[in-house]
Amino acid sequence: MDKPFAITLDVGTSRANKTGSWRTERAVYTNRMPPCNDACPAGENVQAWLYEAEEGGAGYERAWRKIMADNPFPAIMGRVCYHPCETACNRAQLDEAVGINSVERFVGDEAIRQGWTVSVEVPPTGKRVLVIGAGPSGLSAAYHLALRGHTVTIKEAGPMAGGMMRFGIPRYRLSRDVLDAEVQRILDLGVTLELDTKVGDLEAVRQDYDAVFLAVGAQLGRRAYIPAGEAAHVLDAVSMLRDLESGEKPLLGRRVAVYGGGNTAMDAARTAKRLGASEAIVVYRRTKDRMPAHESELREAEDEGVLFKWLSTIKQVDGGRLTVERMELDDTGFPRATGEVEELDADSLVLALGQDTDLSLLDGVPGLVVEDGVVAVGSDMMTGCPGVFAGGDMVPHERSVTVAVGHGKRAARHIDAWLSGAAPEPVARPALATFDTLNTWYYSDAPRAHRPVLDRARRESTFDEVVLGHDESTALMEARRCMSCGNCFGCDNCYGVCPDNAVIKLDDPGGKYLIDLDYCKGCGLCVAECPSGAIQMFPERI
Amino acid sequence: MAFQQIKLYQTGTFVAGNRLLDPEQRSVQARTGRSNSLTSGHRACRGCGEALGARYVLDAAMRATDGNLVAVNSTGCLEVFSTPYPESSWQLPWLHSLFGNGPAVAAGVAAALRAQGREDIRVVGQAGDGGTVDIGFGTLSGMFERNDDVLFVCYDNEGYMNTGVQRSGATPPAATTANTKALGGTPGNVFGQGKSVPLIAMAHEIPYVATATVAELRDLEYKVEKAMTFRGARYLHVFVPCPLGWGAASADTVKLARLAKETGLFPVFEAEAGTVTEVSKIRRQVPVEDYLRPQKRFAHLFGDQPRPDVVARLQARADRNIARFGLLPEGDE
Ligand SMILES: Cc1cc2nc3c(=O)[nH]c(=O)nc-3n(C[C@H](O)[C@H](O)[C@H](O)COP(=O)(O)OP(=O)(O)OC[C@H]3O[C@@H](n4cnc5c(N)ncnc54)[C@H](O)[C@@H]3O)c2cc1C
Ligand code: SF4
Ligand code: SF4
Repeated sequence: MDKPFAITLDVGTSRANKTGSWRTERAVYTNRMPPCNDACPAGENVQAWLYEAEEGGAGYERAWRKIMADNPFPAIMGRVCYHPCETACNRAQLDEAVGINSVERFVGDEAIRQGWTVSVEVPPTGKRVLVIGAGPSGLSAAYHLALRGHTVTIKEAGPMAGGMMRFGIPRYRLSRDVLDAEVQRILDLGVTLELDTKVGDLEAVRQDYDAVFLAVGAQLGRRAYIPAGEAAHVLDAVSMLRDLESGEKPLLGRRVAVYGGGNTAMDAARTAKRLGASEAIVVYRRTKDRMPAHESELREAEDEGVLFKWLSTIKQVDGGRLTVERMELDDTGFPRATGEVEELDADSLVLALGQDTDLSLLDGVPGLVVEDGVVAVGSDMMTGCPGVFAGGDMVPHERSVTVAVGHGKRAARHIDAWLSGAAPEPVARPALATFDTLNTWYYSDAPRAHRPVLDRARRESTFDEVVLGHDESTALMEARRCMSCGNCFGCDNCYGVCPDNAVIKLDDPGGKYLIDLDYCKGCGLCVAECPSGAIQMFPERI
Repeated sequence: MAFQQIKLYQTGTFVAGNRLLDPEQRSVQARTGRSNSLTSGHRACRGCGEALGARYVLDAAMRATDGNLVAVNSTGCLEVFSTPYPESSWQLPWLHSLFGNGPAVAAGVAAALRAQGREDIRVVGQAGDGGTVDIGFGTLSGMFERNDDVLFVCYDNEGYMNTGVQRSGATPPAATTANTKALGGTPGNVFGQGKSVPLIAMAHEIPYVATATVAELRDLEYKVEKAMTFRGARYLHVFVPCPLGWGAASADTVKLARLAKETGLFPVFEAEAGTVTEVSKIRRQVPVEDYLRPQKRFAHLFGDQPRPDVVARLQARADRNIARFGLLPEGDE
């Protein structure tokens, strides 16, 4: 009976009472698919790399490495990608989407500044893969194949690598220093690049390799039949941009008309302005809201003084003069001719009516199927000919650098599997982290930062980059606007709100948590109060 | 809000911690070394707001006093669910008093410590709203009036819950309880009764009075810490939703506390020596209906015979609080 004063009974801790037995549902940490990841054509784990970037400092390199696992061009993406990730971003429903693309650019530029590199960590497989075309799709495939230990040769028709990233997208949107740096990093992995090597007949070279990835893009500017007089000066946009990049300044005159409503039309008109045209006018047969050009490119063109003529088709070109017919949209949104014509002064006409693929190299390839001028592929990117894969602009899909990069990655995964005879490792696609799975109360009010742009005068006369990057502190703040949809970001809320202390916080800096099932009564408070929707309740089997 | 706002773009001080903050910048609840004054295995209902509130308050007080703390607990849910013989969930010196005399016992403990020259050991008295607002009210007023060196904490779940959900002086009008059924012309608890003990405490002009909810952890911890910087009688009134008594989902406890504040029904403020010094502004104002609908005790206002007139009277109560305490942010008033 040696109890302290006034104590007569033994006491025990209530921890002997395992209240977890009350539970009918249990809380489980899960990873939902953030909408940004889901939307990125290159399959980046956006939320995951933003999570690293949010830390600042050493986090930027980790962020960069996470991007590089999927996409070898962070700095290029941060300039030319149409960022469907931002369109999908949940934060848009709260205030404005996270500026993912601007953070990606900052991280990519930081990598170039700091000289971060990647290296091949696996032994050589001895397999030889031929990549045809050094555009984004071919380069992406080469990168991912090299990382898997394959010996990669790229045959490229042009004098330099980059494809449309170099010979299409003008310098004022993508600095060539950035392009060179990111391409060089791929070549440094030991990829062999053969320039000025146009493949004219795939069958002739195919047998030297274990697999082939075709990525020849769509190089041929589409021509429309327009009656033209003797003195008419008509050229196509892709050739014009290519010539300019190769050092030939096209002669356009003072007044330039551009025919078409896509991104290429915007670039042609903006380039014409920079080359000294006093007037660049885009002629398009539908209305502004039906233009295929991306909204930001349209805005930038407008800012630079490019003029637009909507609902118009060109009937006739003569020296210095265009005949234009006014159109009307019918109920289905299809433009119909009205018969009303007018004249427009123009020293030259640039056609930007889309591009076709030159498929002559594919003659005689057994099993390969061409539909609507592009090569049919399965979900594994393989053509009808076993061992021949294709991606980018030459296959049926939306055409963009990012899609091309994504195709290159997916093809590399399947080529790797095909070469080893194994099934490719499956890609997990958990349920989407929709806005209603978040508890947005917990996020700070944080307005989005937009990137600065070059002043108007320098945009009119130079090819300097128009959109500038964020400084470090702005990029960091922008990264921290991310709500980490569907994935734990270590906010400690679950650990805080459990009335039963049934959330265990592991004492590591990564800040991971566990549910102590001995005491979790299954109230669901952690689920309700998790800002990012990273916990879910699952019924117990009773 | 008076506590230090952290300008972290992501979550600021809304969440308990955040991996991006130094441990010192996180709430007490976010730290692995928190004392867990009320430990696991207690028999509170799932999602109990009171169990949560008690741990929040006492862990913060433990930290503020370096662990030199004694708690005196009136009878009530908190006592019943934490100490069924032979178990105790308390990880600090803890005394159980009667239902009505918690404040007097706490005052006595403080006097005894003073007599022993142990004024470094601080005393917290705690009770539910029954033990505070009704049954313990006389001894509480005495403790205030004598300015005894005790922080008294009321965990307000608006009724006598473990005895079967009866009405207390803190039950809001229109709420149904076991003895205020939804029958007749004025369904649920009547309007025009009940009292605000925070305001009564202020009338005693004691050094510090504050209200808080389990939805704003940072604010709650700040108030406990601040209370511990004063000597004399202090009063903290914490709003703690009760899933059982309110007929609410167990996962909604924090949400309901947040809505009580965001509607204006539960004003969150601080007062020193009888004068309000700070109020927590409403961040995203919502109508009272958003708060009432998830609770079965108000279901009769929205059923087959809805009572918009009663909802309007509750809204008027919220609006009165908003005007009286200035709860809307600058520019919105
Ligand atoms: C003016 C313009 C602006 C654009 N702007 C954007 C933008 O801002 N953002 C965006 O996402 N997308 C943009 N795009 C689209 C984007 O550039 C393309 O979708 C993308 O480059 C396609 O990549 P790819 O690898 O499939 O083909 P390409 O980039 O066209 O590369 C194909 C490569 O294959 C080579 N090649 C062709 N035939 C052979 C052969 N027989 N043998 C060897 N090599 C061959 C070519 O020389 C070329 O280098 C733009 C396109 C244009 C034209
Ligand atoms: S590549 Fe494009 S879509 Fe993918 S994350 Fe970057 S900006 Fe977004
Ligand atoms: S908030 Fe973050 S995780 Fe969520 S969609 Fe936007 S970028 Fe992705």
